Amino acid sequence: MTATDLGLPSLRGTEGVPVLNEGEKLTGKDFSSDQEVRWCPGCGDYAVLKAVQGFLPDLGLRRENIVFVSGIGCSSRFPYYLDTYGMHSIHGRAPSIATGLATSREDLSVWVVTGDGDALSIGGNHLIHALRRNVNMTILLFNNRIYGLTKGQYSPTSEAGKITKSTPMGSVDHPFNPVSLALGAEASFVARTIDSDRKHLTSVLAAAAAHRGTSLVEIYQNCPIFNDGAFDAIKDRDTKEHAIIPLEHGQPIVFGGGTKGLVRAAHGGVEVAEIGDADGQVSLEQVIVHDAHQQDPTLAFAISRLTDAGYLNRSPIGIFRQVERPTYDDQARGQVDSARKAAPGEQSDRLAALIGGGDTWTVV
Amino acid sequence: MSKQVKQLDRVVIRFAGDSGDGMQLTGDRFTQESASFGNDLVTLPNFPAEIRAPQGTIPGVSSFQVHFADHDILTPGDAPDVLVAMNPAALKANLGDMPKGATIIVDTHDFTGRNLTKAGYESNPLEALDAEDGGDQGPLAGYSVHPVDLTGMTVEAVKEFGLSRKDAARAKNMFALGLLSWLYGRPIAPTEQFLHRRFARVADIRDANLTALKAGWNFGETTETFVVQYEVKPAPMAAGTYRNITGNLALAYGLVAAGVQSDLPVFLGSYPITPASDILHELSKHKAFGVTTFQAEDEIAGIGSAIGAAYGGALGVTTTSGPGIALKSEAIGLAVMTELPLLVIDVQRGGPSTGLPTKTEQADLLQAMFGRNGEAPVPIVAPQSPGDCFSAALEAARIAVTYRTPVMLLSDGYLANGSEPWHVPEVADLPKIDANFATAPAEGEEFLPYSRDPESLARPWAPPGTAGLEHRIGGLEKADGSGNISYDSANHDKMTRLRQAKVDRIAESLPPLEVDDPTGDARVLVLGWGSTYGPIGAAVRRVRNEGGKAAQVHLRHLNPFPKDLGEILKRYDKVLIPEMNLGQLSMLIRAKYLVDAVGFNQVRGLPLKAAELAEAITGLVEQIEKEDAR
Repeated sequence: MTATDLGLPSLRGTEGVPVLNEGEKLTGKDFSSDQEVRWCPGCGDYAVLKAVQGFLPDLGLRRENIVFVSGIGCSSRFPYYLDTYGMHSIHGRAPSIATGLATSREDLSVWVVTGDGDALSIGGNHLIHALRRNVNMTILLFNNRIYGLTKGQYSPTSEAGKITKSTPMGSVDHPFNPVSLALGAEASFVARTIDSDRKHLTSVLAAAAAHRGTSLVEIYQNCPIFNDGAFDAIKDRDTKEHAIIPLEHGQPIVFGGGTKGLVRAAHGGVEVAEIGDADGQVSLEQVIVHDAHQQDPTLAFAISRLTDAGYLNRSPIGIFRQVERPTYDDQARGQVDSARKAAPGEQSDRLAALIGGGDTWTVV
Repeated sequence: MSKQVKQLDRVVIRFAGDSGDGMQLTGDRFTQESASFGNDLVTLPNFPAEIRAPQGTIPGVSSFQVHFADHDILTPGDAPDVLVAMNPAALKANLGDMPKGATIIVDTHDFTGRNLTKAGYESNPLEALDAEDGGDQGPLAGYSVHPVDLTGMTVEAVKEFGLSRKDAARAKNMFALGLLSWLYGRPIAPTEQFLHRRFARVADIRDANLTALKAGWNFGETTETFVVQYEVKPAPMAAGTYRNITGNLALAYGLVAAGVQSDLPVFLGSYPITPASDILHELSKHKAFGVTTFQAEDEIAGIGSAIGAAYGGALGVTTTSGPGIALKSEAIGLAVMTELPLLVIDVQRGGPSTGLPTKTEQADLLQAMFGRNGEAPVPIVAPQSPGDCFSAALEAARIAVTYRTPVMLLSDGYLANGSEPWHVPEVADLPKIDANFATAPAEGEEFLPYSRDPESLARPWAPPGTAGLEHRIGGLEKADGSGNISYDSANHDKMTRLRQAKVDRIAESLPPLEVDDPTGDARVLVLGWGSTYGPIGAAVRRVRNEGGKAAQVHLRHLNPFPKDLGEILKRYDKVLIPEMNLGQLSMLIRAKYLVDAVGFNQVRGLPLKAAELAEAITGLVEQIEKEDAR
């Protein structure tokens, strides 16, 4: 039971996954399957699907080496609509299936599509363990703050007091903040984006895909049927400037048209301050400069706490954390590879030596 | 002093002591000595679920039974001939299993007031033995009791090494082993080599153990307590290389072999659980064979990761016990629906719920058969002895890969921890397993992930990475052929029947059953499965030795049943099905073949006893004869 130096595999990004041949180019159409998309009209999932289909060609990876794994829920139908390899699995278990797949296959780009119920309720355990292990996969967590496929019960991200089919007097459950949870599990890449902002969504997905390790991307996604308007404050042209706290690495965290910024609070956390010269206001220099590459997740966690737990009037959006840490699968494969190298010879000869080893005796 | 040597054909010894006394190790070393001497043997370890239950108490007693003989034997023995009891609790816990006249060697050292009380003795049973002729000799009356201060003599023997009294006393198990080795003429050289290896880095402990071992041997030779030395000659065995092996080790080797024979990397996703964890431990040592072991966050992730690896083209395996199967049920259904090869290994233990974690039982058969939602047929195979776990694993892998299906392998706690001499097979003789991956379709042709091989009804296995085979699978019902989502009622009916037909089709690949009916006119058939093979075989032999006639058939395949089973069952007037459950195979046999099978059922956490079973068989034979006479 002693710790041993594992030696760090040195692969970066999507190394190991075969790329397209010189001159070969794929388009969004190449990634569209022949299956009819069956989400409700106006569902935020359409926008994410379009963005993903549009963005996948930019990865330059071979289509046959991309796999989407999902759980159960509206968003988990995602793999059927992409002409890649895919598995629509069972409720909450996609991260565990993706872990086995990613660990046994270095040459695959593995994606998980999940929702707030799938990832945070029934599959919460698998999610946190995938994040702590840092298995090489990109998790798209569609958060619509409601159970859609089962027709409108509150979810683990629904605000307290929410009236739903299963909570006629209002929910008494305290919600999870997915970004805080992921940072608590020491995820190496944590981001949040919005279904309706294709540009931001695409840029975050690009960074997530390029990250070696588990990337968690929370996507605020509107459910027009059971939770319409849940994200109106951060989508509305008039209010979003004050509702979205944009996170950009190396930039001071300011919002509200430059009137507000994040500063360290006396209690040790982070708070919003007005920028200006008046009493109680702070200067731009005092505003926190976002450092997504900081190994210590404490500040990123503090920033994540500025997300409203109730109706969403304010939320930090962008990449909270992006740090390098050895991945589980690279190390697991590294151990297998080094054991193999240390044991030359035919497999069948070594098998004979193994089963015929130990204290044996011969009867003639 | 030269001692009398007496020949025996078989002996059953039980070593019993506190959980911390090293009884499992002692038994294991005695077994290895007997194995290398050439006896046939069967072992039965029996230990508490607690790692260190309160010292000196009955719940803390750990024991190891070994049965060795000059002929081939099948069971660990119904009742021990010799008990080695290291403390009062070990004596009290095991005395009930000892037939009168048996030999009992007692370490007197712990027979003190406090330890006697802890074991529940009001007075010292050893002192009662000194009663005057005709007086009450207490619970040990009628036994051949040898009270020996094993601990005291051990401490005395190793004092030159300057160990603490506690460390010195810990070598008492080696003293006991040395004594028993002398008593039964076992070679101690293998144990000496073992101690050199085991304690290579702690010279004083190594030397103390070696010294205690020899001191125990020498004590036997010189003392007048033991006047007779016993000899059990080697058993005749078929030519070849042998080793002593436990079921869990054989199973792990079988999985490594399945990887080699199929040319597939093995991926084990597992969560630790008694009594299956040793398979995880063992496989984690064999990365050089391309074996990846993943200790998952829970049982579900164990099977989930194995399904993911199987989708990726590995030989996916998950290992667990009954409670773990309950948690994996939904995922097994996913593997049924996605038709991916997967090995699900259930090392059964006493249930329900947490049940008896360290004891054996066969009560997961119906869970394996039916424990899923919907019509979800899963092939089931079961090994019949510890060494047989090796070939059972290979057979499970053959079925899983050939038919693209999850396969349940039902071992149990007795097979897992019990051991027997194993005839090591030649690798060249092992079956090859063909993964037969799908290849890219010809230009203009469409890949149909749910098309089927006409013979096996298996669908193509198409791991990611091949252009042109991109496809989506999942838990929703599949359209026949394309595998697209289908809610069509006729399609669901067809697919449900296809999945069942595919599993039924496995029967075509099974060899005929071996019917053990030497005279060919037995009228009672004893049908079993799994680890009851030994007790059933021994019981049938007893019946035959006493002039009775009984046939034996043992099932390796529980789903589907072999094609000739129905015809065989109908040849006999009575079918007796002994099981360590309340009649699960009986229920399946009755339902499928409309045979009025008679059950012999025990759930005591221990293997069936051959003598009791023989009585039941004889009872049935006599019943038929009586009916004839009428």
